Amino acid sequence: MNDYAELTTREAFGKALTELGGQDGHIVVLDADLSRSTMTKYFAQAFPERFIQCGLAEQNMISIAAGLATCGKIPFASTFAVFASSRCFDQVRMCVAQPRTNVKVVSTHGGITVGEDGSSHQAIEDISLYCSLPNFSVVVPADSIETVEVIKAAAATEGPFYVRLGRSKTPVVYRSGCNFKLGKADVLREGRDATVIAIGIMVYKAMEAADSLEKSGISCRVLNMSSIKPIDRQAIDAAAVETGAIVTAEEHLLHGGLGSIVAQALAAGTQAPLASIGIKDTYCKSGKPEELLEANGLTAGDIVDAIKGVMARKRRQYNSNRTG
Amino acid sequence: MTDYTIEDLKGIARKLRRHVITMISTAGSGHPGGSLSAADIVTALYFHVMRHDPANPHWPDRDRFILSKGHAAPVLYAALAECGYFPMEWLTTLRKTGTCLQGHTDSRLTPGVDMSAGSLGQGLSVGIGMALAARLDNKDYRTYVLMGDGECQEGQIWEAAMFAPNNKLNNLTAIVDYNGLQLDGFTRQIMDLEPFVEKWRSFKWEVLQVDGHDMKQLVEALQKAAQVKDKPIVIVAKTIKGKGVSFMENNVDWHGKAPDKSQTEIALRELA
Repeated sequence: MNDYAELTTREAFGKALTELGGQDGHIVVLDADLSRSTMTKYFAQAFPERFIQCGLAEQNMISIAAGLATCGKIPFASTFAVFASSRCFDQVRMCVAQPRTNVKVVSTHGGITVGEDGSSHQAIEDISLYCSLPNFSVVVPADSIETVEVIKAAAATEGPFYVRLGRSKTPVVYRSGCNFKLGKADVLREGRDATVIAIGIMVYKAMEAADSLEKSGISCRVLNMSSIKPIDRQAIDAAAVETGAIVTAEEHLLHGGLGSIVAQALAAGTQAPLASIGIKDTYCKSGKPEELLEANGLTAGDIVDAIKGVMARKRRQYNSNRTG
Repeated sequence: MTDYTIEDLKGIARKLRRHVITMISTAGSGHPGGSLSAADIVTALYFHVMRHDPANPHWPDRDRFILSKGHAAPVLYAALAECGYFPMEWLTTLRKTGTCLQGHTDSRLTPGVDMSAGSLGQGLSVGIGMALAARLDNKDYRTYVLMGDGECQEGQIWEAAMFAPNNKLNNLTAIVDYNGLQLDGFTRQIMDLEPFVEKWRSFKWEVLQVDGHDMKQLVEALQKAAQVKDKPIVIVAKTIKGKGVSFMENNVDWHGKAPDKSQTEIALRELA
């Protein structure tokens, strides 16, 4: 059993970062008055000389990180996903993306499951924003165990890197370990009839949906697309060719997120009926995480319905091709 | 550090100004006003004060320079070419397709450019990162950041201004090219920065004020900066936008406009 399994993704991040910090003196960590929430506090306690407290100044934090990176440091800058994306977007663009500085932005409290804090604190645009930046890698781990692997990969991969983590505890997907590879989808479950491509907390829900569909004789493939950028076009194409119906699921706006990116890949490659589960061009409200997911159509049941929908479209297409 | 006399440095600054005019004129666009106002500051740094090696632009122990007001790129390119970072012929490729000399500085393309800039207000923070790295690595290089006065209207400057003294960054020198003009007009009319020196002092910086076109004052101030032991230092250099070209001096129209052929001839004659 993995030591990280019972942790939130942010706790796993904090511990993994501290472990990495012990192995590599180039790693420095920056935070903007949220180290007790992002869990960079563990690193701060272990390596106070390499922890840079920026106060409430995210723009300054990102540009400082870039300056450190030009001198050979591997800076990890952390704050909540709302601030890590929109508050300092120009600094990320100008000081990180354009000059390709080796800065790692690791955000926590992503998505609507931040819950009661309400819409100001619910990052639902961050993936779209970071994916829009050339030179960036963008990753959303599915659980705490994958988070550890992603953080290691971020440290080992030269160049700008964004990782989105959550606030609440995430059900474990990778009980028996995880082999994260940037740019590669992980086939968590094989299937013939349809494919769910999911990220973050929706990966576990996709597995639940696949379990439930199996009972009605539907064989559903599940892909963890944690590496959104670069994205695994081969896996998307294979899903289209081999299962012919696709559903994406993400805790993010539909616009510019996983759904958009998969739609683009499908349009350019093998086409298949696609349905996308995500936030529909709206801001959400305060509430309990599970209630918010339900209110916004982000449950395993919603995935099941969407799968049935794309399979029906696949059948109709098949029939019209035969008769036409 | 070099053996150039103050007179030599004045001559180099004049040469950089001529390059600026020729480059922008050839490019057909660019920012002459702020490049000319910064020419003496850049000269003092690259030809007298900074420790650097044009043959080895990535030398880990070099002093760092960030042109935070990235639109003054031509004057930096002129200095880098004169130092020998790249061939002089590059200067006339400014802003042209395929050039290594972009409209605003690009650290990935130009040897000797320590950091890209163009979106204002970010260079001081980047300089803080470099200064922190020096401290972590026990290196004695110094980081210099050149900002515009209009640029100091950006909020991030004051985030950085708060950070540096709180972290006792005594290896950081900020220089403000205070020419009093910005794109839309006089800074005092657009968004008055005064009391400027008091602002920096209240943020716990050591402040020096110089005439930004007096080479002796500039060199002395920059050297004095290295002796401040417990805080960062900012040099507020009073300058004239468009300095050295009569019709450009203190004229807002020359913030971002290229001189035509006859204007170029007049300018070069005045700078001869």
